[in-house]
Amino acid sequence: MSSILTDKRTATLAGYVDDRVGASKIVKTFARKIFPDHWSFMLGEVCLYTFVVLLISGTFLTFWYTPSMALTTYEGSYPALVGQTVSEAYATTLHISFDIRGGLLIRQIHHWAALLFVAAILAHMARIFVTGAFRKPRELNWVVGCVLAILALAAGFTGYSLPDDLLSGNGLRIISGVIQAIPVVGTYMAFFIFGGEFPGEVIIPRLFIMHVMLIPAALLAMIGIHLGMLVMHKHMQFPGPGRTNNNVVGYPVLPVYAAKAGGFFFIVFGVVVLMAATVTINPIWNYGPYDPSPIGAGTQPDWYILFVDGALRLMPGWLGPVPTEFSTFGYVWSLNILLPGAVVPGIMIMGLFAYPWIEQWLTGDTREHHLLDRPRNKPTRTGLGVAALVFYVVMALAATNDLVATHFHISINDMTYVLRTLFFVGPPIAFWVTKRICLGLQRRDRELALHGRESGRIVRTADGEYFEVHEPLDVYERWNLVQHEDEVVVPLPQGRATTLDKLRARLSAFFFEDRIAPVTPAELEAAHAHGGHGEVESGHDVPAVGATGHGTGSSHGH
Amino acid sequence: MKDSPTTGHAAVHSHGGGTDLAAPEGTDLENRFANPGLPAHRFRVTDTDPKAARSAERQVSTIFLLSAVGTVVFLVGYFALPIEEDKSFERLLLSTLVLGLGLGFAIFCIGIGLVHWAKTLMPDHEQIELRHDIAGTEDDRRDAANIILDGVEESGVMRRTVIRNSLIGALGILPIPAVVLFRDLGPLPGEVLRHSLWENGVRLTRDPDGTPIRAADVTYGSVFHVIPDGMEDSAHPIEEKAKAAVLLIRIQPEKVQAAPERDGWDYDGIYAYSKICTHVGCPVALYEQQTHHLLCPCHQSTFDLTQHCKVIFGPAKRPLPQLPITVDNEGYLVAQRDFPYPPGPSYWERGESE
Amino acid sequence: MKALAARRRHPLGGVVVMLLALLVVGGAYSVLTPAPASAAAATDDDIQAGKELFLANCANCHGLQAQGTDAGPTLIGVGSASVDFQVGTGRMPLSANQPQAHDKPVQFSDEQIAQMGAFVASLGPGPAVPPAEFQEFTDDPERISKGNELFRTNCAMCHNVVGAGGALTRGKWAPNLQDVSAKHIYEAMLTGPQSMPVFNDANITPEEKQDIASYLHFAGTEPSPGGLTLGGLGPVSEGLFAWAAGILALVGCAVWLGAKAS
Repeated sequence: MSSILTDKRTATLAGYVDDRVGASKIVKTFARKIFPDHWSFMLGEVCLYTFVVLLISGTFLTFWYTPSMALTTYEGSYPALVGQTVSEAYATTLHISFDIRGGLLIRQIHHWAALLFVAAILAHMARIFVTGAFRKPRELNWVVGCVLAILALAAGFTGYSLPDDLLSGNGLRIISGVIQAIPVVGTYMAFFIFGGEFPGEVIIPRLFIMHVMLIPAALLAMIGIHLGMLVMHKHMQFPGPGRTNNNVVGYPVLPVYAAKAGGFFFIVFGVVVLMAATVTINPIWNYGPYDPSPIGAGTQPDWYILFVDGALRLMPGWLGPVPTEFSTFGYVWSLNILLPGAVVPGIMIMGLFAYPWIEQWLTGDTREHHLLDRPRNKPTRTGLGVAALVFYVVMALAATNDLVATHFHISINDMTYVLRTLFFVGPPIAFWVTKRICLGLQRRDRELALHGRESGRIVRTADGEYFEVHEPLDVYERWNLVQHEDEVVVPLPQGRATTLDKLRARLSAFFFEDRIAPVTPAELEAAHAHGGHGEVESGHDVPAVGATGHGTGSSHGH
Repeated sequence: MKDSPTTGHAAVHSHGGGTDLAAPEGTDLENRFANPGLPAHRFRVTDTDPKAARSAERQVSTIFLLSAVGTVVFLVGYFALPIEEDKSFERLLLSTLVLGLGLGFAIFCIGIGLVHWAKTLMPDHEQIELRHDIAGTEDDRRDAANIILDGVEESGVMRRTVIRNSLIGALGILPIPAVVLFRDLGPLPGEVLRHSLWENGVRLTRDPDGTPIRAADVTYGSVFHVIPDGMEDSAHPIEEKAKAAVLLIRIQPEKVQAAPERDGWDYDGIYAYSKICTHVGCPVALYEQQTHHLLCPCHQSTFDLTQHCKVIFGPAKRPLPQLPITVDNEGYLVAQRDFPYPPGPSYWERGESE
Repeated sequence: MKALAARRRHPLGGVVVMLLALLVVGGAYSVLTPAPASAAAATDDDIQAGKELFLANCANCHGLQAQGTDAGPTLIGVGSASVDFQVGTGRMPLSANQPQAHDKPVQFSDEQIAQMGAFVASLGPGPAVPPAEFQEFTDDPERISKGNELFRTNCAMCHNVVGAGGALTRGKWAPNLQDVSAKHIYEAMLTGPQSMPVFNDANITPEEKQDIASYLHFAGTEPSPGGLTLGGLGPVSEGLFAWAAGILALVGCAVWLGAKAS
């Protein structure tokens, strides 16, 4: 180590850089910053690294791809299309696939990385949500993350359409139909976007410039802000012995974190390349060139857009005798398209953006948080998260109804009816089940903290009584189970309460309903004092602590 | 950003057993357990056994060498498996596989090696860094506020209201050119969505050949995918196809519900319906010969031919528009006129929905 | 040669040569000329045998005179192509009352199927089993490309772009076509079995039908140059794979990365 720094040439170079950019201060600030370790913290890195893979592989593709809808006769190496009229975009994509060594590999790397990019974003968001990592001071970074997620969807969809194949062309057809359904301005928007009637001759070049310039630039900028805020806030950490709201416990950037995170980039990249080497993705030669007349059975978008397509499938055009599309004064309201195509995704996105403030409002919690919640310790939030996920999955499943129907031999109509029902009852059921599971886990934590672990050893007392010996937890194990704080419902304000106050109090009570308080030292004391084998009757000697519920506002009954 | 230097090993131990860290603000210590601090550090085999460390070192370098092997495999595959002469799919599959496995393995091994190195041989003492307030102190805030207020004051933007308001006004309209420039993104819709290439006497021809169809060719249960004659020579054939594509089906006329207003629109049980879904425009191309249902594969809108393509399931609301047809004096099927309603998805200005 | 030349002088030599020549010529003739449609070649014996098979296996649903009952349609005028397709793919006899007949193991020999076909064809004129030249795939790339285009326009909406099959309404489906013979694809287009519409020779010529079958054969037998196909089902199976394999593998690596070394 010292040998490198005392080497004269190195020292000169280091001095040169420091004189010009102040490198020494940067190194001092960042090189020993501490990052906590947990597998779920790597999900965000998967997003970042797949994005880098996308930039690298995408640049390669642009060297051969021509974003043009001009028609040409295909004369390349895929025999089953030779002589057919195709667009240049389609022909050059085939050229990359069949006539460039490694071209098909890079195309598959790019597409697999795109699917993993969005998948990792969803997984990362779910992790942030259920651990409460969006709480103050990180609300704004949550918003930046939501913007990133939307940009990722936009990047995915614009890229999906570029080969101008039959599958993606029908996807664009659907998008144009949804745009046309927008009241007042829809038709004009569609004509401006497509440069006239669908499909026109400009949509592919326009999507291309969005896909390779505007959206990646926006993504890069937002990633910069996202990571900048991450560094400023320092990473959150899971609670544990020695970990507090005021510190970060982990490993320094140099050397451990740099090696691990850097190594993980290569792992992600490697996994993507191995997938691309072995599994076909988007075989556009099978789909054929876009043409408004043909279509293939099983026409679906890439997985992350499935939910919109599924919502479109679920919405009936007629509710019995009542049409969901109607006209007033000669103008058409296509609720059958607007509700699933724009309103439902719009509400989902708004809810996503607003959630940190909604939760803050109804918990009244404006403190800074740097310790993550264990998901079980916030049953209502975890339940809401799972309910939202189920809502999303039900819609995505609806978009696969034709494939499910043929593969599981069920009627596509019946499946649609079932999913229409699940669209409404699935999320509440998921919420209830998740919350019960969380509460069950919390009760188990309490039991464990109070009575220790069952040893499996049965002992007979002098009186002839039998009991199982419980081994007490050590202080570190116990801390994991008791570290969280008990929560307080936001009460109605003194004096006159407005409707909003009442709503807030009701929502707050809902949020904290059924909560279970962590074990206190006094309770542990009581449990131990209750004779050496109180464990046998455990449950009786815990006076239903905390399991009060219905938001009385004073759950500290001990 | 001024972080205190991170604590080293010694600091870790000093925190061990500390209790002061455990108290969250405003919580009664009596009611809470104390944070026991970091548990004692557990050493790895590679920390204590030099032989294990040497073995880990060998493993890491072997993994890196495997990566180099992957790179060589890629290069060999690139030059030894050309795809110019041998156009078979077997060759392309092999090329993709060898290049991908070589490259993937090369990249993956670098990652595995680095992480294995970090895990086994780099120091793994957990370190503690203290967090700092994100917000500035009260003084900072006051100073910042004063700087801004002074700046605003010095600029005179609040005092010289004429300047300020004229600036706001000028800036307010400045973005308008940027918006106006987008006007020429596309033509205005006008009435083009109402009309297709179909008109009196236009022959129905096969998609994609463009060959005309005799009425006698359309036997019961037959389906023809149809485009208008001369579509290829029109100014925008693909856009025209997106409106004019038609499905031609023959069915026993007695199976179809009587509809006086449609009398004479079919020719001897040969019906022509728009193929473009009235939902969002996918081709409604699936015809079930026995049930006489038409199904859109995108969103499962189902239309019943016996009820003049009324919607019986799915998200579409309007029936598929029927194209009135007849035969010309050579026996070929021709359109009588354009669709009675605009084909394809709904749009705001479309008007009363049928 | 010497032995043969010697024997030619044998009194019976001329007869033997004549017989051999006849055999060669006849064999070549039978190989080189297309077999006439089986219905045309059917003898009265075939029709009689077919009738007996019909009465034993089919009359229950289709009626003793093949006039059709509530349980099955009339077979008068459906032709031998229908019989060859329905029985030759195992769809008939029907095993249970279902929305649609499954393809099952074939229950009759080729000869029996031909006999039943002859019987049905004798009831009224209908589409016949295609001539032998259309029962084979072609590997002419131009025709495969033509077949691809026709398949995309006329068939892919139900059967999927590579013939993987697809869903119809209320539990019916368009079957997978990837291992179906050229003859059966031809016959299906000609006769329009079950939900499928008819594509008669005026719509899609016999050559074009063969092109379509050949494209399917091409798409089904050529390996996918990209690797595993995941069933050819498109973005849904790809998305599932991204989660089930990709994200799972990466999470596995992340767990390993975060775990303390022993």
